Amino acid sequence: MSNIAEMKGITKHFPGVRALHNVDLEVRAGEVHALVGENGAGKSTMIKILMGVHQKTEGEIFFDGAPVDIKNPLHAQSLGLGAVYQDVNLALHLSVAENLFMGQLPKNKFGIVNHAEMYRETTRIMESINVNVNPRAIVNTLSVALQEMVCIGKILRQNAKLVIFDEPTALLTTEETEQLFQIIHMLKEQGVGVLYISHRMEEIFRICDRTTILKDGEKVATVNTADVTEDDVISMMVGRSVQDMYGIEHVPPGEEVLSVKGLSRKNEFQDINFEIQRGEIFGMFGLVGSGRTEIVHSIFGASKPDRGTVTYKGAAAGYKNPRRAIKAGLALLPEDRKGQGLALGLTVTDNTNMASMGQIATLGVLDNRKGTQIAASFVEKLSTKTPSVYQLVKNLSGGNQQKVVISKWLAADSEFFIFDEPTVGVDVGAKVEIYKIFENLVKEGKTILIISSYLPEIMGLAERMLVMYEGKQMGILTKDQFDEERILRLASGIQEQERSDSPS
Amino acid sequence: MNNAAPTRGRMRLYIGSGKTELFLLLVLGLLFLTFGYFSDVFFTVFNLMNLLRQTAIYGIVAIGMVFVIISSGIDLSVGSVVGFSGMITAMALVAGLPFFVAILLAIVLSAGIGLINGILVYDGKVPPFIATLGAMAVVRAVIMLVTNARMISGLPRAFIDISQATLFGVPLLAVAWIVLTIIAYFVIRKTVFGRSVFAYGSNKEAARLSGINVRRTIYGVYIYSAVMCAIAGILLTSRLSSATPTAGSGYELDAIAAAVVGGASLSGGEGSILGAFLGAIIMSTLRQGGTLLGLNAFVMEIIIGALIVVAVLLDQLRRKQGGTK
Repeated sequence: MSNIAEMKGITKHFPGVRALHNVDLEVRAGEVHALVGENGAGKSTMIKILMGVHQKTEGEIFFDGAPVDIKNPLHAQSLGLGAVYQDVNLALHLSVAENLFMGQLPKNKFGIVNHAEMYRETTRIMESINVNVNPRAIVNTLSVALQEMVCIGKILRQNAKLVIFDEPTALLTTEETEQLFQIIHMLKEQGVGVLYISHRMEEIFRICDRTTILKDGEKVATVNTADVTEDDVISMMVGRSVQDMYGIEHVPPGEEVLSVKGLSRKNEFQDINFEIQRGEIFGMFGLVGSGRTEIVHSIFGASKPDRGTVTYKGAAAGYKNPRRAIKAGLALLPEDRKGQGLALGLTVTDNTNMASMGQIATLGVLDNRKGTQIAASFVEKLSTKTPSVYQLVKNLSGGNQQKVVISKWLAADSEFFIFDEPTVGVDVGAKVEIYKIFENLVKEGKTILIISSYLPEIMGLAERMLVMYEGKQMGILTKDQFDEERILRLASGIQEQERSDSPS
Repeated sequence: MNNAAPTRGRMRLYIGSGKTELFLLLVLGLLFLTFGYFSDVFFTVFNLMNLLRQTAIYGIVAIGMVFVIISSGIDLSVGSVVGFSGMITAMALVAGLPFFVAILLAIVLSAGIGLINGILVYDGKVPPFIATLGAMAVVRAVIMLVTNARMISGLPRAFIDISQATLFGVPLLAVAWIVLTIIAYFVIRKTVFGRSVFAYGSNKEAARLSGINVRRTIYGVYIYSAVMCAIAGILLTSRLSSATPTAGSGYELDAIAAAVVGGASLSGGEGSILGAFLGAIIMSTLRQGGTLLGLNAFVMEIIIGALIVVAVLLDQLRRKQGGTK
């Protein structure tokens, strides 16, 4: 197979930082090539150079056999490069067809847009990847998955020869992910080169032919995916071997701290029942949209349940707002870190103190020195990598941002931690560190409710697990009942075969 | 790397956040030198005091505006509230009420308008632009209705003297502005309310889920803004020796301009009291210096308009540079 794109000896300097050093990468036509590495390893910089967002400092790029100097994103697009990013890049208020043809609307000789042709073409392109969508539909009425498919359609319309996928499955359900994989397979068959970036090892091992591993801006190796194991790749990424990431020490559970009875909220979840003991790590699994996040938001007072009761430490806990829940000792690390967890434009100190301002204030006047000390102490305790506590949070990596959110709750003396997808977009090294923090929390007698869509993670961390499907509680499994297939069946709405005594 | 060195961080913070202010100070210095060179009267005490006196009133309005803008809102009702407060003060004084009562009445009633803005924005989920646009129109109309579009004069001499009084040679108006600026600087940096405004403006959901009292914060910023307008209105009435029904018209634009030139971001989470102070004074200096040099007033407005855009443009450039990793 011939190389569709070849990057040779790529070096990139930013003021004061060497982001890439002498990196080689080649993607063949009809190949799915994975690019992996921890956050900060240089994956994004590689893509941005390829897509014309950044200019390389040194090195050569060949595309379709010819040397190219990619000047800007438009240039990259005209060469036949396309990218699908995690956060969809579409005009949300326009139709599917208008998005596909943006900038190149088909016109008749009077300069009027030829809608008929546009809709016909759109339907043809979307059908070529087996996606059934009305070309007139406004993009923001579509699901995230469909929006992503529209992105792919847009790239296909531009006749891309190389398509880059940057964490494409982060927001997709299992079924939607399957559909995406089929599309990727189709692209491959058509001889398109695919560069695939993901933190999810099982995806890489399923669909990628070769894998290039980056570490600290340098290439570690390019391997045939079939020749290596997940552990091999992870070891190359972090530069040390990682055995059993989820091997954390549990503590014997204490008294019951949280009890949820018959909790329901219209269109979100129905009749949820569970109890959690002190020191326990309780898991909640389900596909995106199964109601997990909505349940914890209700417990936390961020939304009001219609029916049911929550009891925390023996007292009624129908919190009217998050403020009351926090006062009682609850903490929520939201699923959407950037949208709900952090004030990105503020400093590490500001974010750390956000939930506990009352504690460092007298009559509404803050003791800023104390606030700074608290922030600094948690930076040290959780080994958050930041140049100073005055750094703006938006400049930190995902894992370190998550540590700032955890600091916020530690500073507020929380005792019951709800972690909603705590490791999304967090690299392997930082994941292990975050699990270590969980371990320390339960050792200190605190309790954890963790939500995750990543099965190995939740199976490894949780002692018991509640499985959700479309707002319904499908069952609670104990550790000895954890079985990948069983959990997935429940999460897909397949009821457990009850061993009933009734005659068959 | 992990041990945050507080001293170095602090230095960096001051340089980082002080960039806009330093730049504005430089611009102001240049303007002063230019006008001082071309005009003999510019550097006279009389002129400089007059400059402060003229800036003070909308400078005070700009203080409240900074709070609102940091919270990612906007307050278009400020000009009308200035007029409203002046009207209440004048009516109360003409009716023979004591100073203290007249002023208190103006402040409390204006704060009521601020509260209504806050309720519309928080409880009614009306976009701040619309809520305060409505308030702007309604309050101005109320003034016209109540006063029959006539000005209220015949105010006590002692009240009029407030605006002429000086403290150690500095006009009382300017002293009020400076004191209110210092208080606001303190409130924004050192109080739970101030930090809550930043947190809310930077990320509403994160603030709510962190237990910040969002209702109190939003009510707070609009009341703060209205109270600043009330004080400005009282001082303006004293300065004009009467309450005119159109008093304060157009102040919203000057106040927003001062805040934005001073580094406030209309998307929220950013803004500086000191910056707004300097922004206000730069705009006044341009106006007054232009008059002294006999430049066409319209030309000066063109320059001021361009200045606002250039200030934001430079800020965007700075951010772009700082933004790349």
